[in-house]
Amino acid sequence: MILIYADNINGTIKKSSLEVITYGVAIGKQLGTEAQAIVVGAVNSDLSELGKYGVSTVHQLTGPDTFDAQAFSKLIADKATELDASVVVFSHSLMGKALAARVSVRLKAGLVTGAVALPDTTSGFVVKKSVFSGKAFANIRIQTPVKVISLNPNAYTVAVGEGEANVMATPVSIQPAVKVISNSKSSGDRTLTESEIVVSAGRGMKGPENWGMIEELADVLQAGLACSRPVADAHWRPHHEHVGQTGVAIAPNLYIAIGISGAIQHLAGVNRSKVIVVINKDPEAPFFKAADYGIVGDAFEVVPKLTAALKAGA
Amino acid sequence: MKILVCISKTPDTTAKIAFTDNNTKYDANGVQWIINPYDEWYALVRAIELKEADASHAIHLISVGNADAEPILRKALALGGDEAIRVNIDSDDAYVIATQIATVVKDGGYDLILTGKETIDHNGSSLGGMVAEMLDLPYISLATKLEMDGSVAKATREIDGGQELDEVATPVVISAQKGMAEARIPNMRGIMAARTKPLKVVEPAACEALTATVSFEMPPAKAGVKLVAPDQVEELVRLLREEAKIV
Repeated sequence: MILIYADNINGTIKKSSLEVITYGVAIGKQLGTEAQAIVVGAVNSDLSELGKYGVSTVHQLTGPDTFDAQAFSKLIADKATELDASVVVFSHSLMGKALAARVSVRLKAGLVTGAVALPDTTSGFVVKKSVFSGKAFANIRIQTPVKVISLNPNAYTVAVGEGEANVMATPVSIQPAVKVISNSKSSGDRTLTESEIVVSAGRGMKGPENWGMIEELADVLQAGLACSRPVADAHWRPHHEHVGQTGVAIAPNLYIAIGISGAIQHLAGVNRSKVIVVINKDPEAPFFKAADYGIVGDAFEVVPKLTAALKAGA
Repeated sequence: MKILVCISKTPDTTAKIAFTDNNTKYDANGVQWIINPYDEWYALVRAIELKEADASHAIHLISVGNADAEPILRKALALGGDEAIRVNIDSDDAYVIATQIATVVKDGGYDLILTGKETIDHNGSSLGGMVAEMLDLPYISLATKLEMDGSVAKATREIDGGQELDEVATPVVISAQKGMAEARIPNMRGIMAARTKPLKVVEPAACEALTATVSFEMPPAKAGVKLVAPDQVEELVRLLREEAKIV
């Protein structure tokens, strides 16, 4: 069977979790076996609804109210062993990254992180993943009987149908070694890597005081906000918004780059975006070569017009 | 405190990505090797800063790889590491690499194990978690800040939509990302001193690879940019709605 770990944030099942459930269910169909989900902690929705995405059973381990990778990994690995899972699937999210590595060691299972497609099971079990910061893909064979995969956010489309999952709740308790002292939210519950649309701006904006129009465009598109490395290095924007080879690598459906020239290191982090729009006043900006749509023009004029046009047509 | 910084060798960030042997091997011909930026700029520099504040810390470096890794270990020593260890095995399987590092950590009695959040070539983000699990240690991933208070690590890590401050007693594994420190350039004194700092080569612990790279492929090429005039933004919106169908 396939065991799928569904992340939740403060009780809300994430979209990336629905992607990973859809993905795990598809692997199950491919291998002729059923898929079940595991959730740790309390959630504020009816877990039987995850049946709509194809899982027959949801194992809910209730009790833990904060995430702890070390403790959660034990719980997930034990469940995988108990259920004799052949594939354990995670989202390649902030939490999933930490869990997948630990669970793979506990199960002595080969691990592929950042998968972008269903495994090829025609000869063995080969998983395609993004490498070289988005500049290439590698096909990796997992050679162990049990396999662990983490799926890149936004790499697999959620499929919803009919169904109701059987929810099996079991209370558990954990003793985390890591003590959480405080936390602060800066951008809602949305992580840049999981945003479907990302609006990003660079040095062409001239200074942090000009970000208002970027934020307005992002608002109208309900998009995540990003920036180029020089902008983060100059402290115009926080570090977590820096996308590129040494920042965050993203693969949204739409990436709008404003006043970013498109250095190779920046492209590496964003070139898996499905559609790229570049707005730059320099027609020679290398980014246009990687773009689907472009406007050669002054961002200070184009961006407010674009925001207005999107609002008008909404 | 004994700090171990995990150092990976990666192609330079501007290196051309190409493959040989029927797309089964990375073409390293003419490639300039660097320290993986996350390992260098954030993990190593933060370790050096901790030592600058408290000279009693020792910074050891570890790289798992063939002799090609030695120049980058020398560079890391020039930046401020005290000793380097190279485990003499070339592998692209994270489990094999993590096993080697876990073995060294166990034998060396390290308090703080620092890694970059991922390498810019494999993009695995799995090493820190694997090492931590092999040794049953706590692991704080994606840390943007790290302070030591005696034997307690205080680290800020990225969570969905924000930041979280964690405290944990050593030994602990921490992966570093942007924000933790600023990149440095080794000075001449450091480069001279690095020449005589110990660089020990150890033979690997026995371990079977759990995965194997079958082949590489390049992403499909873009069809070419469709330009819209700056006074025709409505046309761009129409294209995004009707052609790309994304907004």
